[in-house]
Amino acid sequence: MRTALTELDMRVASSVDEALTILRDENRTPIAGATDVYVALNFGTFTPKQYLDIWALDELRTISTHEDKLVIGALTSYTSLIQSHIVTERVPMLVQASRLVGGVQIQNRGTLGGNIANGSPAADGVPVLSAADAVVVLRSLDGERRIPINSFYTGYRATVMRPDELIVAIEILPVEGKQWFRKVGTRAAQAISKIVMAAVRGPSPKIALGSVAPTVVRAKMTEQALAGGASIDEAAEILSREIKPIDDVRSTADYRLRVSVNLLRRFWADTA
Amino acid sequence: MQFNLNGNDVEVQSHPMSRLLDVLREELALTGTKEGCGEGECGACTVLIDGEPVCSCLIPVSQVQGAEVVTIEGLGGNHPLQQLFMNEVGAQCGICTPGMIMAALTLPDDPTLDDVKTALAGNLCRCTGYSAIYRAVLKERAQRHYAPAEDAEGRHGG
Amino acid sequence: MKAVGSSVPRKDGIGKATGAARYADDLVFPGMLHGRTIRSTVPCGRIRSIKLDFDTTGFTIVDYRDVPAKNAVDLMSQDQPFLVENEVRHMAEPILLLAHEDRETLLAAKVIIEYDEAEPLFDPEKSTVSFKDIDIVKGDVASALSSADVIVEGVYRTGHQEHVYIEPNGVVAVPEDEGGVAIYGSVQCPFYVIKALRCLLGSAHPNVRVIQTETGGGFGGKEEYPSMIAGHAVLLAIKSGRPVKIIYDREEDMIATTKRHPSIVRHRTGVTKEGRLVAMDIDVILDGGAYVTLSPTVLSRGCIHAAGPYNCDNVRIQGRAVFTNTPPNGAFRGFGAPQTEFAVEVHMDRIAETLGMDPVELRRINALKPGDRTATGQTLRDDTSAHMVLEEAVKRTDFDKKRKEWKGTNKSIGLSLFYHGAGFTGAGERNLKSRARLELTPAGVRIAVGSTEIGQGTRTMHAQIVTDALGIPYETVEVAQPDTSRVADSGPTVASRTCMVVGKILEECAAELKDKLGGMSPAEYYSKNGPMSVERMYEPPDWIQWDDNTYLGDAYATYGWGCDVVELELDRDTYEVRPIKITAVQEFGRPIHPALAKGQIEGGTAQGLGYALLERVVMRNGAMANGQLTNYVIPTTLDMPEVDVVMMENPYPGGPFGAKGLGELPMDGPAPAVVNALRGFGLDLREIPATPELLSTTPAI
Repeated sequence: MRTALTELDMRVASSVDEALTILRDENRTPIAGATDVYVALNFGTFTPKQYLDIWALDELRTISTHEDKLVIGALTSYTSLIQSHIVTERVPMLVQASRLVGGVQIQNRGTLGGNIANGSPAADGVPVLSAADAVVVLRSLDGERRIPINSFYTGYRATVMRPDELIVAIEILPVEGKQWFRKVGTRAAQAISKIVMAAVRGPSPKIALGSVAPTVVRAKMTEQALAGGASIDEAAEILSREIKPIDDVRSTADYRLRVSVNLLRRFWADTA
Repeated sequence: MQFNLNGNDVEVQSHPMSRLLDVLREELALTGTKEGCGEGECGACTVLIDGEPVCSCLIPVSQVQGAEVVTIEGLGGNHPLQQLFMNEVGAQCGICTPGMIMAALTLPDDPTLDDVKTALAGNLCRCTGYSAIYRAVLKERAQRHYAPAEDAEGRHGG
Repeated sequence: MKAVGSSVPRKDGIGKATGAARYADDLVFPGMLHGRTIRSTVPCGRIRSIKLDFDTTGFTIVDYRDVPAKNAVDLMSQDQPFLVENEVRHMAEPILLLAHEDRETLLAAKVIIEYDEAEPLFDPEKSTVSFKDIDIVKGDVASALSSADVIVEGVYRTGHQEHVYIEPNGVVAVPEDEGGVAIYGSVQCPFYVIKALRCLLGSAHPNVRVIQTETGGGFGGKEEYPSMIAGHAVLLAIKSGRPVKIIYDREEDMIATTKRHPSIVRHRTGVTKEGRLVAMDIDVILDGGAYVTLSPTVLSRGCIHAAGPYNCDNVRIQGRAVFTNTPPNGAFRGFGAPQTEFAVEVHMDRIAETLGMDPVELRRINALKPGDRTATGQTLRDDTSAHMVLEEAVKRTDFDKKRKEWKGTNKSIGLSLFYHGAGFTGAGERNLKSRARLELTPAGVRIAVGSTEIGQGTRTMHAQIVTDALGIPYETVEVAQPDTSRVADSGPTVASRTCMVVGKILEECAAELKDKLGGMSPAEYYSKNGPMSVERMYEPPDWIQWDDNTYLGDAYATYGWGCDVVELELDRDTYEVRPIKITAVQEFGRPIHPALAKGQIEGGTAQGLGYALLERVVMRNGAMANGQLTNYVIPTTLDMPEVDVVMMENPYPGGPFGAKGLGELPMDGPAPAVVNALRGFGLDLREIPATPELLSTTPAI
């Protein structure tokens, strides 16, 4: 049942500095595009009472490059990612992932920073960032911290973020190798993923999976095997031991395991 | 909160966390925007904010401060899409129709069937199987292509 | 130009396209309260204590002790309470009602209920309580089986299906003068609500009326459950003396209200080597859930359709609808037939596989023809079209060629042949005594019936029939909003009867009215003589004979016929199925409004496709665990393939302008056609939904 919204408290930030000041002094959950927070509130499953609306912080909506680094502002929407030439050119798998997030309405509102902060293991964008070795830029009044996305999550919906920090940007260095992305969802559009795989066939292969563990994960052992010249059959065997998916309302552990292995094979064949 | 609604400036005294959907329906009495799920899945609550279709059930009203909001009522009653949804029986029970029309507004001219499907993938219809909706939308876009003068009035998004 | 047969503008089209149409949640009344239902959180047990953990100031609170007359929803049986007194039989069962003028305050109210839990029963095969048993016997199955060349056996299963009308359930109850109450609501059957309220309220509140608001889809899901919600709203309205609105949110609607009955159907069939069916032994189990609701009649329709559209001299169909500790299942488009026709159609493909025979040929040999007798002994008439739809579908889709060429590829093709009886079963229409009325207006005529527009086009189609029967302009025919105090009780809007049965009464009303007008137009007559109305009762064809005890006779006045062909692709890495095309060839007498009829077929086919592939209700501890549209997924635009609709005609003389029922027919075909196509990949699939998870573990044939 829906949460009584008027019993909650929200402040609206008009600048990043103001937002950081508020976060230092008060324990508030930031709301960006609201596409996750409001779903949870509409279901009455979200417990925080105090919120900070950061939607108006246009300074977090830029996509730029600094030297060879691609910097995506945290409030960049999926629609903006899809429309960005530079993202299309440098991280096409991120565009592929963005196209498969919800419908157009959600793509217009959902943000990359929000996808990271929400911490869902089924997040569509995060496996891509993981395979691309992206770095999350956190800012507080104390300054900035750069945390590799692959060390960002500590458990189910748990992160290294402090309550006074805000995700302000995502940094991605050039991705060396062929990029590959596949989302296996509950249906053809507007689907929650049952398995997502984002992978890069480069000097050392990178394989990230969503919806198979409490967090998005990199298949490190499988990657190492492939980098060391193992056959795809050997790698498939390793992957099947490396991940331990679970049953939930959307799929089964058995299916996730079986299909993850199949996707690995397909990635390898497609990028040969 | 102040914003522009269907071409008019409005001011509401709502709680900033109130859903835009509820503010539109209850405070501003514009009930053409419907609630089907409260999850951003069905798209029945679709409105345009600054020209982009969004689910108003997932928008805190604080986020439309200073924005332009267009609802189904903002199209008047003679928009070609509205007429064609009627003529092509794109509406059966009608509850998804306003949201469907709002989402279809931003399609480009001469869309392919795949373009239409992608643009409407965020709007669920349980009655039509969507075919009649495609017929309405494709016909409207074809007419629009051949009647550019109409573009001057009553159109949003695009 | 004639109105019938042309796609005139929908009477309600522009209101829906502009957002002006008013649904239940769009209504506001002065002093209105919002209502909320507190529900059980255990599947089986007794209530130990109820604690109101909130400041009750400004709240209206109702429990079973506030019921004026009888705490029972009066449907087929009176076993289901409006509010639990003590014993909880399923999850999400209503216990307590709250109302408050501020919805947010209402939402924040906490109620803590403690239970003494008991062991729940979830497995229908273990249930010993049956709500209804059916036994249909034709010929001698046992001896025919013993002499058959080949016997093919199989068990087929279907899951729950949720209606997902996009407008959740909702009503507003408004106190009126002298103890009266008006209920405005999203309902399919306003007179069912009246019946239920009479039982609830008794003589203290004789003046209740139900007004149907614009209804955002029903599909059977607003046939019986609105009686429950209306009762709740009325109890709160009576106690508070104020209007009360109850609108379910999506999750409540999915978790608490009815679904399609899950089924387990066993077939044991004897055939000759040449493929002639000689004996069909069929056992049907439906999971009824915790209360009777409509399960007996769902079972009845399911059993009558269980042998499929085939001729067989020896048939036995046994069925039972059983109790489990789950929310009651109920009406859903097709009403038992999609379940049993799924089973028989997949079974037919398995028989063909066993005989090494082409599945089309097997159907050709056995499909019903005029003069054949059905399982209930009904001799079919000339409006029997099984062969016609089968041949058209096979030819149009190039079925034989694709079936051969696609062997061993990632594509496959499958078909189903099906039929659906129109109107109430057996003596049902005779017992209903449905009535319809036409009233003169200053401009023309008004149709005053209780049949509801729920999207399918009732208003438009009825107006077309009256237009042509009277020979007046379509624009001068108006359709009254169903208000039980003002319209004739034309029976429930269910069972594909609204065109064929109610349309027929209206046609007859129009003929009588035309006589009375004596050559004048309605407007001329009205201006000279003032108001006039004509009301008539339905007379089913006199040849219909039915015995409810033996289940023998003419089960339906007529049947619609269909053949669906599904073409699809399978991703062998992910087991995802992508339908490429569905060809739906259907014969339903004659379309009154071709565009509306096509829309019924396209929409029903989409629901059937969702049923086949996507829609899975996950039950945990007796409750739907995926009660969100995110997790219970219906087809989106990108899930739907092209639907090629072919409407064939074979008029039914007893229907208006030859029309039969149509609404449910399209629901019966897609699921078996999908599964038969998937069997083409060598998967021994006998169950829906055919999710990728199921396919990944399905054994080879």
